[in-house]
Amino acid sequence: MTTPLNRLKQYKSWGRYPTVQHKAIYPVHWRSDLPDVNKYDETVLPYGYGRSYGDSCLNEGGILLDTSYMQQFIAFDAEQGLVRCEAGVSLEQVLEVIVPHGWFLPVTPGTKFVSIGGAIANDVHGKNHHRAGTIGCHITQFELVRSDGAYICSPTENIELFRATIGGLGLTGIITWAEFKVKRIASPLIDQEKIRFANLDEFFAISAEADQKFDYIVSWSDCLSTDESMGRGIFMAGNFYDPPLGSEPPPNKLKPFVPFDLPSFALNTLSVKAFNALYYRVPLGKQVRSVIHYEPFFYPLDAINHWYRLYGRRGFLQYQLVVPIEGDNEPIREVYRRIAKSGEGSFLVVLKTFGDIASPGMMSFPMPGVTLALDFAFNGEKTLKLLDELDVIVREAKGRVYPAKDARMSPENFRAYFPQWEQFAHYIDPKFSSSFWRRVTASANGR
Amino acid sequence: MLKIMIIGATSVIAQETARFFAIEGAEFFLVGIPADKLAVIKDDLVARGAKRAEVYEADLLDFGGHAQIVESAVKTMGGLDAVLIAHGTLGNQKASEANVEVALKELNLNFMTNVSLLTLLANYFEQQRRGCIAVISSVAGDRGRGSNYVYGTAKAGTTAFMQGLRNRLAKSGVSVVTIKPGLVDTPMTADVKKNFLFAAPASVGKSIYLGMKKGKDTVYAPWFWRYIMWIIIHIPEFIFKKMSM
Repeated sequence: MTTPLNRLKQYKSWGRYPTVQHKAIYPVHWRSDLPDVNKYDETVLPYGYGRSYGDSCLNEGGILLDTSYMQQFIAFDAEQGLVRCEAGVSLEQVLEVIVPHGWFLPVTPGTKFVSIGGAIANDVHGKNHHRAGTIGCHITQFELVRSDGAYICSPTENIELFRATIGGLGLTGIITWAEFKVKRIASPLIDQEKIRFANLDEFFAISAEADQKFDYIVSWSDCLSTDESMGRGIFMAGNFYDPPLGSEPPPNKLKPFVPFDLPSFALNTLSVKAFNALYYRVPLGKQVRSVIHYEPFFYPLDAINHWYRLYGRRGFLQYQLVVPIEGDNEPIREVYRRIAKSGEGSFLVVLKTFGDIASPGMMSFPMPGVTLALDFAFNGEKTLKLLDELDVIVREAKGRVYPAKDARMSPENFRAYFPQWEQFAHYIDPKFSSSFWRRVTASANGR
Repeated sequence: MLKIMIIGATSVIAQETARFFAIEGAEFFLVGIPADKLAVIKDDLVARGAKRAEVYEADLLDFGGHAQIVESAVKTMGGLDAVLIAHGTLGNQKASEANVEVALKELNLNFMTNVSLLTLLANYFEQQRRGCIAVISSVAGDRGRGSNYVYGTAKAGTTAFMQGLRNRLAKSGVSVVTIKPGLVDTPMTADVKKNFLFAAPASVGKSIYLGMKKGKDTVYAPWFWRYIMWIIIHIPEFIFKKMSM
């Protein structure tokens, strides 16, 4: 209930780049009162809490339908662990309802301030991808309202629309409500282990072992270190804490904490370097174990409202890639080398291996491999050029770049990453479009 | 657990308030129109933890039906601990100026219904000697302004009525809570251009929930409206009348 509907809601993307003008923005308050999109001359796009980083949540010159007002729960089966709610309900609200009953989200991204509709439209993944796949793997059904009518979609009904809408970037219609399975937990606490790794080789070695042992895994990595220590970082893994019968209360206090302080001064290569060097040394031993609340484990950045402001008015670009794990993982090393060479320091670098659980989503981003998420302050051409270079590496490695975080990939690269895009395009509602979609299909339309 | 009647239950502010009570396992008697939307709200509150929710479809302009509403609520729920009156419309000031009918209808819905319902409820709670009566009035009732004085009049009347009621029921241990929201981002204000003063319904709901729990007299929501209105009230009339507000 505390999900921030901003007083002055700005219909921008989380990265603040690009900013575009919309013809109109219409709030949708009741799922029974959806506007008839056929009466508009322009195309429409559903918009929730604006947590997509790039332009996939924008529709320049068109209409946004703000679905974040649709916040009704429809049913919660606390015995079976099944939730049905409207698309504008945030993950935060879901947690408020289910955690007291011993349930948790089956999959959660790094922020709880996203809507259920947006989570489906981007087929979000989290720290447990190797165990649980994407959110799409846990959706039992949803209602999709298209310009020609309403459809109940599930793994057994309107299957193609179901598959197209999961990861479909809001282009297939409006998701009004969705139903999904939730996961049993013994406590709202995480039994966490932090392990320092000296370079990428160590990372891959630890990963292979940890995948068997932990439900949740993510690593922070220093992208400015080179040579011997390239890719060094902190491996963070955990499971929901299951207190043994009659055991003492957990060793640590349950006070949520922010794992590190973000500097308030401008981000530049020097500050990132200093931060990375410091943070690398934080866990004093090689391996540290603790029990903490799920909040700081899953949502460290949610503690800082509007954290995009750290990057100032220029905004920032997120970049998430995935490449298959092969041989000595040369592509990922090359990515590290290029970033170090460019001097464009990325502050938040997240490294993780994806598992092989396939999503039903046609355009789903995750695939088996290693994924790296970076953000770069937007420094104009310099930044764009670096990302174009990374695109090529990813493309040659037969990997992908995440549309939900993209604001600049070329149509050619997009089509190489997602060759299924043409098949997907059949399911796009003719009244729906987005800035992202027009951009990545631009030259393709003129063929 | 608390048994709460909400009149005008489809109001977004009322829904947000109810969600806080629902988490505590409250029981609800939801009054308003239309029935299908009341059913949607019922499901929401139950999923969020409400122990029970009953719906009662009623057009509040049917004054003859008011006694029946209160009676049904008390009977169905086996008594009431609190009531929140939240129905209303923003109205159309220009239409109210052009047409007496429109102005009177506005006053009927936003003020006279409150007089009727509050009179019935006051007697129930006075007899019970405990409970909470909360009404959503508005900062617009604190001073008449050219841009919406018909609405403001209805709210000013409601505020004054509540003041008197509070004075009367204090002796019976019943709290009477006047809620004065400022600008809130709801369907009621869908056509109003948004600015930085607009608040999220959830934050207003939380203020109301806390105000009802603590039995406050007047709740400005969000809190800063108390100071904005203090300033507005204290602008001398000879200046105020020349301002466009």
